[in-house]
Amino acid sequence: MKEPSIKKRILWDKLFKGTILLLTFCSILPMFFILFFITSKGISVINWRFLTQLPKPVGELGGGISNGIIGTFILIVISVAFSVPIGILAGIFLSENRKGRLASLTRLCVETLQGIPSIVIGIIAYIWLVVLMGSFSALSGGMALGLMMLPVIIPATEETFKLIPESLKEASLALGVSYPSTILKVILPAGVSGIATGILLSIARVAGETAPLLFTAFGSPFMNFNILKPVNSLPLMIFNYATSPYPDWHTLAWGASIVLMAFVLGLNLLTKVVTRRWKVQF
Amino acid sequence: MNERRAEVLVLGAKAETMHWQKPALSESSFRKILSIAGAVVLLLLLAIFFSLVIASFPSIRNFGIRFLFSATWDPVRSEFGAFPFLVGTLATSFLALMISVLFSIPISLFLGEYSTQGATPTFIKSTIELLAGVPSVIYGFCGLFLLAPLVRALELKLGVAPYGVGIFTASLVLSIMIIPYSASIGREVISLVPSDLKEAALSLGATRFEVIRKVVLPYAGSGIVAGILLSLGRALGETMAVTMVIGNSNFIPKGIFSPANTLASVIANEFTEATGSLYLSSLIELGLVLFIVTTIINLISKLIIRRMGGGV
Repeated sequence: MKEPSIKKRILWDKLFKGTILLLTFCSILPMFFILFFITSKGISVINWRFLTQLPKPVGELGGGISNGIIGTFILIVISVAFSVPIGILAGIFLSENRKGRLASLTRLCVETLQGIPSIVIGIIAYIWLVVLMGSFSALSGGMALGLMMLPVIIPATEETFKLIPESLKEASLALGVSYPSTILKVILPAGVSGIATGILLSIARVAGETAPLLFTAFGSPFMNFNILKPVNSLPLMIFNYATSPYPDWHTLAWGASIVLMAFVLGLNLLTKVVTRRWKVQF
Repeated sequence: MNERRAEVLVLGAKAETMHWQKPALSESSFRKILSIAGAVVLLLLLAIFFSLVIASFPSIRNFGIRFLFSATWDPVRSEFGAFPFLVGTLATSFLALMISVLFSIPISLFLGEYSTQGATPTFIKSTIELLAGVPSVIYGFCGLFLLAPLVRALELKLGVAPYGVGIFTASLVLSIMIIPYSASIGREVISLVPSDLKEAALSLGATRFEVIRKVVLPYAGSGIVAGILLSLGRALGETMAVTMVIGNSNFIPKGIFSPANTLASVIANEFTEATGSLYLSSLIELGLVLFIVTTIINLISKLIIRRMGGGV
């Protein structure tokens, strides 16, 4: 059997490395294309009035996205209120029970929950709340988003608790502190930064979601603070404006995209900074 | 760090012992609360599954297994079959998978093998991670206004009907969206390859390329496949970006350039307009199918990853 010559082998090696470098470089380009494209199309409409005014009917100039911004915040507040308590308690449960049937079942459920397509979550919130209450509402949209946050918060809490040394818990218990106080007043404060990172990450995950809101929060052209009524959100606005036939609305959608991108990417970067600066370590 | 630990301890102890009183919460009831929180997650998932089954029951009873194989989706005559959407979903997802693998494997090799530390790999890694954070509606928007005209020009050149939107455009957008998922898992499993194996091969005179082909890829192969499966799960369920660029046609697609619909996109398009309980429950049954397929694919990929010893 004849081996290929060393020159040939080195050539192949170099070619391979070159291809890898080229393809890797190509795959970071879309990010910059997207950023550049959105900015160039939408920067012209961004000003103070755009952020603080309500949308106007088609044909009228101007109009803003204030109800979408407020709606997004309302939805996030509802989803956080729903998912953070359950998420943290379930995370503590998992870290306190590494083995056991219920714990491993719960872990499996968290993984399954993570993979459920967002549109299916929307259907669920529709069946559970919209049908029950008889109308689209911010509450149902917030719950849909909350369901999507759970599988981010639970593992984050569990992993953080695993990082905290057992000796800390033992020392606290040895001082006569009761078990609930040990968990809630010693372990939880020690791991708060890890949990905060998880919550931020989960907000970043759902802030840009549209699919679960299509038939729950539904969208509305008005400002609305009643959580039992439909609200608008930034992603919903972008979807509705982008798929409309009016160029004016397209421009508004580009502007809204800049705001949404800044918000979501900002959250992602903030999470990174929090993780780096404020790490859980012992 | 010891000082901080002591401080935390003192604070915790203070709260408990300075004014001794019966703890408001006994250990057993606290443990019970924790278990209930765990059980709630379990119940939520069961409730999701059974709600889907119950809500799609009218459609299941009416069409039975025929639902999956019938090619007619006609709300006017109340005839519902999922076949065109199954074809559309599988076509877009697999095409997207093929395109994304072309990029995600080189990224994972670059970050896991060639360049693991330093400014450049960190920059590339963060950029790829940010790609996962971009909202899908923005992908759809950019796909509709940036990619669709390019595809239309391509279609004109190829002499096919120039829709601009369709399976091909949707797959392109999807492929970019799922790169981060397979790339990050690929990078992780490639960096788990023991260095003594690689060093042994290098010391025998193998080039880097040969080490990758004969040592790294065989060792990390199943993990890479798991990452690809995970991104397939994402692709199957992706809704907004696909809805905006797939062209929304309820017929079996004729080629990769023709407009189509996926399970997720038809739900997104028609759910709020669905009149009649049979129509609605057929749409929910599409959701049930989607739920089952993505769950199976996800669990398989997680199983493989766990067996590899990677923590995801």
